[in-house]
Amino acid sequence: MRLNRSNLCWLVLALITAAYLLFWALLLGATASYSTPESWLKVLMSPEIRHATWLSLVTCSLAAGFALLLAVPVGYLMSRREFRGKSWLDAALDIPIILPPLVVGLCLLIFFQTQIGKIIENGVHKGDWIYILRSLDDHGKELWAWKFRAPFSIPGIMQFTYQIAGVVLAQFVVAAAFAIRTMRGTFQHLSARPEDVALTLGCTRFQALWHVALPAARRGMVAAFCIAWARSLGEFGPILVFAGATRMKTEVLPTTVWLELSVGNLEAAVAVSLFMVLLAVLVLVVVRATGEKV
Amino acid sequence: MIQLEQLTWKVAGRTILADVSVAIPSNTYAVLMGATGCGKTTLLEILCGLRQPTSGRMLLDGVDVTHLEPRERGIGYVPQDLALFPGLRVREQIGFAPKLRGVPPEELNQRVNRLAEQFGIVPLLNRLPDMLSGGEKQRVALARALAAQPKLLLLDEPLSALDESMRAEAVALLQKVQQDHALTVLHVTHSSSEAAMLGQMHLRMAGGRLEVESKP
Repeated sequence: MRLNRSNLCWLVLALITAAYLLFWALLLGATASYSTPESWLKVLMSPEIRHATWLSLVTCSLAAGFALLLAVPVGYLMSRREFRGKSWLDAALDIPIILPPLVVGLCLLIFFQTQIGKIIENGVHKGDWIYILRSLDDHGKELWAWKFRAPFSIPGIMQFTYQIAGVVLAQFVVAAAFAIRTMRGTFQHLSARPEDVALTLGCTRFQALWHVALPAARRGMVAAFCIAWARSLGEFGPILVFAGATRMKTEVLPTTVWLELSVGNLEAAVAVSLFMVLLAVLVLVVVRATGEKV
Repeated sequence: MIQLEQLTWKVAGRTILADVSVAIPSNTYAVLMGATGCGKTTLLEILCGLRQPTSGRMLLDGVDVTHLEPRERGIGYVPQDLALFPGLRVREQIGFAPKLRGVPPEELNQRVNRLAEQFGIVPLLNRLPDMLSGGEKQRVALARALAAQPKLLLLDEPLSALDESMRAEAVALLQKVQQDHALTVLHVTHSSSEAAMLGQMHLRMAGGRLEVESKP
């Protein structure tokens, strides 16, 4: 093959791609060769790591499931309807993607210190003050408040802060943004015409979504679930801030890596990291198999 | 009888349809022609309720259906791309409307089989849309629309994806379907020969206005 200018261009581009992939291969190779498979197995079988693995699998699945439940209606709305302020709403939906992860955790932590957050966690008794807005001075004395008394008792839903439910919520907040993005893309790629025809055949809009759009979008739904699951698996900052890193309680795999590194146990951190790489590759294979792009 | 009274549709300050008025008698095969982008598909979408007109009204057998939802109008619609439902087999596509209306399973099966026989698609009943040719898809789309037992059938260039040899066969099928089901049909086409073979009433759209070229 003659090396003309066009071929030279493709060759340079291929070399850049190969160099990038080689860099990643070296990174993973170096990590994998840090210790032996026997020591990985020993680490992964320890009770703390097994608990963290189990908790990660459960919380990631729950967070991804909830994310998908949210992503389908939001993605459908954003792909099918034109309305004023849509571009702003579109940008707002991407906020969790661009926010620093620690900030997401801090937002959650602060939200559950507000009146609404406390009601969600603990409920409120009839006659208790509910504050909409409140201003305090430096000594904690109330300057002014927009408040009203609860007309009836409201039971709390569940405890989130520093609890397993908090892990799921922290994972869900970020994963949902990725799931929404995937579902929006999926519905945008699907023609709306079959749904229009379904309307003329006797469907309501909900029935058209249920009977026509959702079956057509099932591959996108699998991809959205997997992407949300993978994002949840790698989530660390919001979980650390909002749910904590308590061993055998709220410790998930990324927390384990951090905890093991902080006590100098590099071998355990490496074993858990490689396990997470394996899980991520599995998710990528499933997503690719569905034909959706990540 | 379908009557359109001064139907107007404007978008972003542009008038796409201007005072469209026409009456198409029952059991008539009307053919609508016009240049690309003149508003033919928009008119069909307004007729079946997918778009709301800016002004004007539409009567079907004397009943004002202008503000009814698409599912309440009793109008069948076969779009240009046929829009078969992905993931549903031919049997489910044809049985879609009767099933929604709660037709009992036995009667539903009979209706599906009867239409499948009429359209010559019995061997295709268990196939998915991806496994159908252009002509087969067109037959399935027609059978699906007719299974809802519409009073009016709107066809948006339904033969455009077919080659010449299949087109003659499809034209004969459409004529037979219209007669057998005593349908009022509004058929959009670019083909003069198609219009000549099928049309009992000829309409032409230009500059957002509708002209009646010949009446039945």
